[in-house]
Amino acid sequence: MDISKVKELIGVMEESDLAELEIREGDESVRIVRGGAQAMVAPAVAPMLSLAETVPEAEDAAKPMGHIVRAPMVGTFYRAPSPESPTFAEVGARVREGDTLCIIESMKMMNEVLADASGTIEAILVANDTAVEFDQPIFTIV
Amino acid sequence: MNRLLVANRGEIALRIVRACRALGIETVAAYTREDQHLLHLRYADTDVCIGAHDYLSIPNLIMAARTTGCDSVHPGYGFLSENAEFAQAVTDAGLCFIGPAADHIALMGDKIRARADIDLPTLPGGPVLDVAAARLLASEVGYPVLLKAAAGGGGRGMRVVSTSAEIEGAFREATAEARVAFADDRMYVEKFLSDPRHIEVQVFGDGHGDAIVFGTRDCSTQRRHQKLIEEAPAPFVDAATLDALEQKCRVVVAGLGYRGAGTLEFLYDGDGFYFIEMNTRIQVEHTVTEAIYGIDLVALQLRVAAGEGLAGPPQPRGHAVECRLNAEGTDFNPSPGLITDCVLPGGPGVRVDSHVYPGYEVPHRYDSLLGKIICHGSTREEALARMRVALAEVDIRGIETNANFHRVVLDSERFRNGPLGTDLASRVRV
Repeated sequence: MDISKVKELIGVMEESDLAELEIREGDESVRIVRGGAQAMVAPAVAPMLSLAETVPEAEDAAKPMGHIVRAPMVGTFYRAPSPESPTFAEVGARVREGDTLCIIESMKMMNEVLADASGTIEAILVANDTAVEFDQPIFTIV
Repeated sequence: MNRLLVANRGEIALRIVRACRALGIETVAAYTREDQHLLHLRYADTDVCIGAHDYLSIPNLIMAARTTGCDSVHPGYGFLSENAEFAQAVTDAGLCFIGPAADHIALMGDKIRARADIDLPTLPGGPVLDVAAARLLASEVGYPVLLKAAAGGGGRGMRVVSTSAEIEGAFREATAEARVAFADDRMYVEKFLSDPRHIEVQVFGDGHGDAIVFGTRDCSTQRRHQKLIEEAPAPFVDAATLDALEQKCRVVVAGLGYRGAGTLEFLYDGDGFYFIEMNTRIQVEHTVTEAIYGIDLVALQLRVAAGEGLAGPPQPRGHAVECRLNAEGTDFNPSPGLITDCVLPGGPGVRVDSHVYPGYEVPHRYDSLLGKIICHGSTREEALARMRVALAEVDIRGIETNANFHRVVLDSERFRNGPLGTDLASRVRV
């Protein structure tokens, strides 16, 4: 891909809110990443950026001891019914069995996750708007 | 039209790429990071990553089209397909939008305006500004009524109200839901039909006052307002009644000066047809119409967008049925994940439109549609017989599907003998 084409790509990219752009045409591929206006020409078979951002494990010392509530399905974890709404549960809050703790969005379906035990929320193990796996611990209740 | 951006994913993106290849139009597939293994990327001439997980970013899609030298954009269905702002942005960027003018998308996106402006029979009801007005109109129309959001879709911002005692709570819930989902909480009241059929008319306009109709479809078999099984033509309605409905629709669409594919949706209670809304895009279930008319509706979309005129529709032949194959378990719970093995049906009169293959991982972030099975026969019975065989051949491992649910519905007395009702799927036990 010639340099004028790359320059043109940078120009149009500046009009958008994209942080990164990757285009493949035949055997050629170019990836442009915003920040310091660096343009990098990727190898012919461009590996995608690794998305594996591991959720940090809780420190051993502070590992929650309570009853573990697990994700009933894979999906996106939400602590509130909408961005403007208050969260369903906070650390230290009393909950009763059957209370809604969070929503997991999976395949465009909103699924409420209910407390399967009564007690106090000890820890919330997942950040809002992140992906959870099936059976992943999401809350602990003491 | 030489190079087209496919601004969608899944089976419809594959469908669009196939139509373009058959017409000799180059394609550029816009995809998100987690969609890098979608099947249509293998067939597109170029692909461009548009971000982490977002098919709704207008500037990114416009940029993707411009940087890759596209002259046209196909929005598919869902996502931005009925977004007037997107249609306008595409046009303003000097590109051809495969769909109607932005004004027509905006008109039909506002259900209150569409109800008032379109000369088709509607259910008793009208717009309401507050709870008091809703209560007054509901008592005039008679309970049960349906409270609906002007910008509604997919069952959101909608509540069935059985008595006047429920209307205040229902109004509050529906407006709150509509505000979050559509940033528009205007509501209207409509008489509620408990178990109507959903019958729709496929139309095409040339944008200059000419329009043709490709018959009807019945999409009554639904669950939670999501269609599951569709048929063409609508069965158990006499041909003269359907013909009269089709002619009315043709006149309306021609009068609008509408361009491209559209669908006028009606409820049918055995006596009358009541207009509910118009979808200004290609539908998931366009395939059953293609089967009986022997045409390619996506190719026709491209031809009309390129300025070709419309020719009268061919004679329809036989009957077609579509089953939507979803990644769902027996309780309709979502079932994303890695497909370890996948065998899909075939044979005479059987068509499968699907983007899944062994080794494909179904993401949890998008809808659960795995593909569509379409069976065509000379009669409804023959089409259904072929569908039973096709469903029995579906063998997808690693995730759960609703193939068995479809088999149970197809074998039910009620579905075989009709008429169907939109409440059917909720009564079927697997």
